Amino acid sequence: MDKNSTIAYRQATTWRGVSFAVAAILAGTSPLALQAQELKIAMSSEPSSADPHYHNLTPNNQVVRHVFEPLVFQDEFQAIGPGLAANWKIIDDVTWEFKLRANVKFHDGSPLTVEDVIFSLNRVPNVPKSPAPKTAYVRGKTIEKVDDLTFRVKTAKPEALMLNHLANIEIMSAKAAATATTEDINAGKGNIGTGPYQFVEFVPGDRFVVKRNDAYWGQKQPWAKVTFKFIKSDPTRVAALLSGDVDVIETVPTADAQRLSKEPKVTVSSALSNRLVYLHMDRYRAETPFVKGKDGAQIKNPFHDLKVRQALTKAINRPAIIDRIMEGEAVPASQMLPDSYAGTSKKLKPTAYDLDGAKKLLAEAGFPNGFKLTIVGPNGRYTNDTKIIEAVAQMFTRAGIETAVETLPPAVFFSRASSGGPDKQPEFSMILAGWSAGTGEPSDSLKSLLGTYDTKLGRGSANRGRYSNPAMDAVLDKALATVDFDKRSAMLAEASEIAMNDIGLIPLHYQKNSWAAKKGLKVTARTDEYTLAMSVKP
Amino acid sequence: MLAFIIRRISQAFFVVVAMVVLVFFGTYVIGDPVWMMVPGDATQEQIEAVRRDFGFDQPVYVQFFKFLGDVLHGEFGRSYVHGSSAINLILDRMPATLELALAALILAVLIGIPLGLFAGLKPDHPASRSIMAVSILGFSLPTFWVGLMLIMLFSVMLGWLPATGRGPVVSIFGLETSMLSLEGWRHLFLPAINLALLKISLVIRLTRSGAREAALQDYVKFARAKGLSQQRIVGVHILKNILIPIVTVLGLEFGSLVAFSVVTETIFAWPGMGKLLLEAIQRLDRPLIVAYVMVVVLLFVTINLIVDILYSALDPRVRLTGTQS
Repeated sequence: MDKNSTIAYRQATTWRGVSFAVAAILAGTSPLALQAQELKIAMSSEPSSADPHYHNLTPNNQVVRHVFEPLVFQDEFQAIGPGLAANWKIIDDVTWEFKLRANVKFHDGSPLTVEDVIFSLNRVPNVPKSPAPKTAYVRGKTIEKVDDLTFRVKTAKPEALMLNHLANIEIMSAKAAATATTEDINAGKGNIGTGPYQFVEFVPGDRFVVKRNDAYWGQKQPWAKVTFKFIKSDPTRVAALLSGDVDVIETVPTADAQRLSKEPKVTVSSALSNRLVYLHMDRYRAETPFVKGKDGAQIKNPFHDLKVRQALTKAINRPAIIDRIMEGEAVPASQMLPDSYAGTSKKLKPTAYDLDGAKKLLAEAGFPNGFKLTIVGPNGRYTNDTKIIEAVAQMFTRAGIETAVETLPPAVFFSRASSGGPDKQPEFSMILAGWSAGTGEPSDSLKSLLGTYDTKLGRGSANRGRYSNPAMDAVLDKALATVDFDKRSAMLAEASEIAMNDIGLIPLHYQKNSWAAKKGLKVTARTDEYTLAMSVKP
Repeated sequence: MLAFIIRRISQAFFVVVAMVVLVFFGTYVIGDPVWMMVPGDATQEQIEAVRRDFGFDQPVYVQFFKFLGDVLHGEFGRSYVHGSSAINLILDRMPATLELALAALILAVLIGIPLGLFAGLKPDHPASRSIMAVSILGFSLPTFWVGLMLIMLFSVMLGWLPATGRGPVVSIFGLETSMLSLEGWRHLFLPAINLALLKISLVIRLTRSGAREAALQDYVKFARAKGLSQQRIVGVHILKNILIPIVTVLGLEFGSLVAFSVVTETIFAWPGMGKLLLEAIQRLDRPLIVAYVMVVVLLFVTINLIVDILYSALDPRVRLTGTQS
């Protein structure tokens, strides 16, 4: 080696050394031991507050569940089990007796007593300027203290959904939160619960952080610290997982689910969700504005004819939508909830695709040449909503119903679809929407989506088709007044059958919820779309 | 000078009022925010209760006058969704956005001016041609796509830089910044480059055309004839003269960097006010949108004022008077 080449070689190695050093600095060296202790979860939508009673919204309920606990818990299938209440019994139709666990302590060390339960239930309807209060869960319920750990809840009328309601009310400390406002709680003042994690900080638009509660009454948690990051953009969330910024992501985009499941560094888990995607038809007007004859003339509302409704549901190729648009991340729907849930009917099966049958039914109903229809839906509210409407429109067009598509921003869509027409009535003739059954059984879905519209009874609040079937209402009312679980489930199944055989709405599919995690982490998928650190095991 | 500043501030006041009126009625027309607030299974009764609570049941002009009344009392409205003061929410997020915009501006100057000068002084050099070709790409590639590609390359494939978020912050003089630590810069680099890309191209083109023009001026020829070194000619005589338009444009562009960091902040999950705005628009959180617009308008006005003052400092021919606009 002569002198020149030695210099050149030295320079080259120096440069290599420098670039290696730069790369090492850029890559950073995070202590592995710490990583195992900390869990980072990327959420697809962000909570608006750390106050458990402020905003009844999935991301809020999900993060506060780490700090606060309800009297009864819903497991990953939304089945109900003991929570802060160890057990309960039904004294009579309107009286329930609950017994609290004896060994539960708040994060500040004070024990849980009936006073805290009374305080929490009274606080729920009195949170100022709450955008979505949980008031409905406590309405008509009064508490009587029996002793420090025992209390009775009396209801005005038999309350079948007592446990489902209590599962949504987080118990706060009467001592710590007595005068705490929502802003105080966001800042950590009075943010004292009994949960497996303690509140650390909430930074709107960025993160929610909790740390392990070492004095927790239940199973000890593996994570010393959990950070929830809010990453709304789908590709960014996936990239954050792949690059190791976060350990777990929720709401895996359907387009990436297949690819991620083949990725060696990642495990994907999914569960059938409680969210139904469906079509609602105008059932309250004699003539409906978004349906016209083939010649453009106004015709009578065809959706009043059962044969037309049957034709519509037969014209939809559900497996094709799931396969091509949802990338397999959905299951064909036949009723309000998958039939693994209580209160659903095993007899109802998804309608099979039958184009000839649909055409024949349309001809029998007096529409041998079909008609013109516009389906309206939200853009960006449900997974692939616009694409689904487009596919359905093509399928209807194939059956002879010339279908156009209009999609609107969710805020515009819901206000017009609910009350955009004359007299504050629903505006559109056919809409696509979604519904998630937070209670884990179909009574709420049936009541809100298919119950006869009645503001006094609180029925049909989301019945944007104004479907009405007195027979279904009667069975449903009876079910809602039946406290016995098995009897009520049978009645709800019957109500589902009545409404679905009459095609009160056209069910399309149930969405799946997917999570992706770093290899080695085990995520228990939940049907209620909650991403909980308690569901992630190393 | 003083008259000029007072005049500017009174103009700014009218701009803010006009923008607030526009945005207030604009968001009212978009839709009813109650549907973005209540859960899907809310009953009609609950929906009405929320409407009453927030005053959505009132006619829009009543809502507007109530809002104006609150503003006169120094209350700029509370975010519907977060329940806390809208202005505070934005001001809390502002340091992160300003930091990102500042980093992008620094990158634009550090990369743009040398490359532009080179391309302007040696227009026929092959490197100059490629600089210009790349600058066209910088103009035409959509920000969100470049952002995703940067993440793909540097975070997912190479694993050098984090894909999302902001690094640890330290507080100096009451301002929070992540620019003082290596970890902070590792988080800042990708979003800043992404945001700066367009500005780099802009600065390259401005510098290049300025340098080409200045190189032919008599004073440059004279300097050369005097035997001054190339370094001094470029560094003092040319650069100083072409800085005037660059400072003006960059000043104005700083405002747009802040206002339009929305896309970059969303892609990199950067906790700035742009991300907050996007969320607010989707949820029709009117107080938050109005507050954001007020803050950004004020920011623009302030920057313009500073640019005007700087301009007069750089170019003694310009005098700020009350009569000039």
